[in-house]
Amino acid sequence: MSHLLNIIRKEVKELLTPATFVPIIVMALIFGSMGNMIGGATEEAKKLPSIGVINEDRGQFSSIVNETVYSMAKVVYNSTSENIEEGVNAVKEKGGTALIIIPSNFSINIANNQSGEIEIYWIMKGAGIMDSISSGVVESILHELNTKISEELIEKGNINATFALSPTTRNETTIFKGKEMNGISPGTISAILSSQSTAVPIIIMIIIMMAGGMVISSMGMEKENKTLETLLTLPVKRSSIVAGKIAGSAIVGLLMAVIYMIGFRYYLSSFEVSGNINLADYGLTLNVWDYVLVGISLFLALTAALSMCMVLGTFAKNYKSAQTLTVPVSILALIPMFLIMFKDFSTLPLSLKVVLFAIPFSHPMMAVRALLFGDYMLVISGIAYAAVFSFAMIAIAVWIFKTDKLLTGTTIHLFRKER
Amino acid sequence: MPAVEVHNLVRDYGKVRAVNNISFSVDDGEIFGLIGPNGAGKTTVLRIISTLLRITSGEVRVFGHNVAKEADKVRKLISYLPEDAGAYKNLTGIEYLYFIARFFGEGKEIEDIVERGVKIANLGKRMDDKVENYSKGMTRRLLVARALMIEPKLAILDEPTSGLDVINAQEIRKIVQNTVKNGTTVLLSSHNMLEVEFLCRRIALMDKGKVVEEGTPSELKTRYNAANIEDVFVEVIK
Repeated sequence: MSHLLNIIRKEVKELLTPATFVPIIVMALIFGSMGNMIGGATEEAKKLPSIGVINEDRGQFSSIVNETVYSMAKVVYNSTSENIEEGVNAVKEKGGTALIIIPSNFSINIANNQSGEIEIYWIMKGAGIMDSISSGVVESILHELNTKISEELIEKGNINATFALSPTTRNETTIFKGKEMNGISPGTISAILSSQSTAVPIIIMIIIMMAGGMVISSMGMEKENKTLETLLTLPVKRSSIVAGKIAGSAIVGLLMAVIYMIGFRYYLSSFEVSGNINLADYGLTLNVWDYVLVGISLFLALTAALSMCMVLGTFAKNYKSAQTLTVPVSILALIPMFLIMFKDFSTLPLSLKVVLFAIPFSHPMMAVRALLFGDYMLVISGIAYAAVFSFAMIAIAVWIFKTDKLLTGTTIHLFRKER
Repeated sequence: MPAVEVHNLVRDYGKVRAVNNISFSVDDGEIFGLIGPNGAGKTTVLRIISTLLRITSGEVRVFGHNVAKEADKVRKLISYLPEDAGAYKNLTGIEYLYFIARFFGEGKEIEDIVERGVKIANLGKRMDDKVENYSKGMTRRLLVARALMIEPKLAILDEPTSGLDVINAQEIRKIVQNTVKNGTTVLLSSHNMLEVEFLCRRIALMDKGKVVEEGTPSELKTRYNAANIEDVFVEVIK
C-alpha cells in the first residue's frame, strides 16, 4: 500500500464516526421531508381550488361570474339563495378554500356605474406561508373575474375609466380556528402572524443552540482539563452537579442570547409588515394567563434542551468533540423553526405532526400562534410533554453521573463492536 | 478501625480483568504505598476507593463505610488527587481553593481551609493568577493543596509528585508527612521507589492486577535481600 493510500485510509477511519455521519443523515431526512412538503404545496398550487358559490344575481354579469369560476375552480357548493351558514359548512366539509357570494344587485350596480360587491368567506386552514397557497389561487380567480367584467365594460364604451378598471369590490371575512374576522384576508393574517412569530422561533433556536452548546462544552472541558474526577469525588449530590451545570449554562446562554437578540431585533424590525391592521381588533390578543403559559413553555423547552445536552455531553471526550455534539441539538432546533414558518401544526401531515410534537423545543415556537386562536390543548399538552421529557433527560443524566460510565466511557462506545 | 479495608476486590473492564481478587488494609494514621509497573491496576484500585469506579466483586470499606453502598459518606472523609488531574483554567488559584473549600465548610471554616491551602500551595502572589497561566509544577502544587487543605481522614494520592522537579517534589513529601501528623491517613501510589521508601510505613506491590507483596520497606528489603525498594521491585516483577 502506498504512503498516500495509507494516510487516506487512516483519515477516513478517523473521520467516519457515528458523530460525523449521523447528523448528516438526519439533515438529509429533514431535507427530504421538507422537499415532499414543498412538492405537495406546488401540486396544491397547480390544482383547481375547491370553492362554494352563492350566485343570487340574474343580471348580465352573472354569466361572466359563472364562466370564470367554473373554468378556474372546482365548485363544491352551488346555490342561488343566500344561506351563508349552510354554504360555509358545505365548503368546510369538502376541504374548500372560500365561499363566494354574488348578491342579487351585482349586475344592476355595475350597470349603473356602481361597484359590484363580492362577498367572500375564506376558510383558512393554517397560518404558515404554504397554508395560504390555495387562497392565493382563489385570489387570482377574483382578479380574473374583475378583469373580464372590465373588458366587457370597456367593450361597451362610454364609461368612467377608473370604474372600468375596477368594477368590483369585495367584502371579505376570514374564518380561522373558529374565529370570524371581517375585512381581512388569509394572506394578510398569515403575513402579520408570520412577521410577528418569526422572532419567537429564532430567539428560541438561538437560546437553545447557545445554552446547549455551553452544557456540552462544559462536559467536554471537564474531561479535557481532567477536572471531572475531582468533581465526582467531592461530597456533593450527583443531581446537584447536573442541576448546577444546567443552571450555570442556562444563565450564560441566556445572557449571550439577550446580547445577540438586541442586534437581531433591529435586523428583524426591517422586515415587519407596516400597516394599519391590528390583530387585537379581531380578538387576536394574548392575556396574562397566555403569557404565563408561553413563559412556562419556554422555560420547559430550555430545560429539556439543556438536560438533553447534558446527556449528550457525557459522550464528549474533549472540547473539540463537544462542538460536534452540538450539531444534533442545532438540527433539532432548526426543524421546528422551518416547519412552523411554512405550515401550521394543524395542516401538517401526521408524520410531521409527530416529529414536531416530539421535539420539545417546538412547543414555545407554536405557543403564541396557538394561544392567539385559543388552542390551549396543544399548548398545555406541549408543556406536559416537555416536562416529562426534561424529567426523563435529567434522570438519565443523573444516572450516568451516578455510574462510572463518565470515566470508563461505556456510553461513548455504544456504537463500537465488541472485539 | 482500619482506614481502608479491601476484601477480594475484582474489577473488570469488559473482558479485561484489571484488578484480580486483591485484599489489603491501611491502618489509621499511616502512609500506605501502592507500587507496581504501568497497568498493574494501582489507579483502578485508588479510583474504586475514591468512589469513582464500581466494583465487579468484593468489598471495600473506608473507615467502616462501604464505598459501593455509602459513597456519599465516604466522599465526606476522603480527598482524591488523580495522577493527571487539572484545575479549572478560568479560575485563579485562590478562586479554585475557595470553590473546593465551600464543599467542606461554612463561614469561618471556609476561610481556615483556604488559609491552609494557600500555605500548602506556597505560590505567593501567583495565587491570584488564572490557573491557565500556571506551569505544570505550580498546578500540581495547587492540586496537592486542594487535596490536603481540607484535612481529610483519608488522602488518596495518585503519583503526588508526578511532573515536579526535585525541590518541589521534596516539599510535597514534607507536606504529606506533616499531614499525617495532623491525623490524616495517606494512601498513595508512585513510580518513584525512593519516594515510597522514604514516605510509606507499609507498601503493597501490585503486578497484573494482583498484590504480589506486602510489608514494611525494611521487611521487604530483608525478604529479598535488597539494598532498596527499587531492587525489591525488580526482583518481584522479574
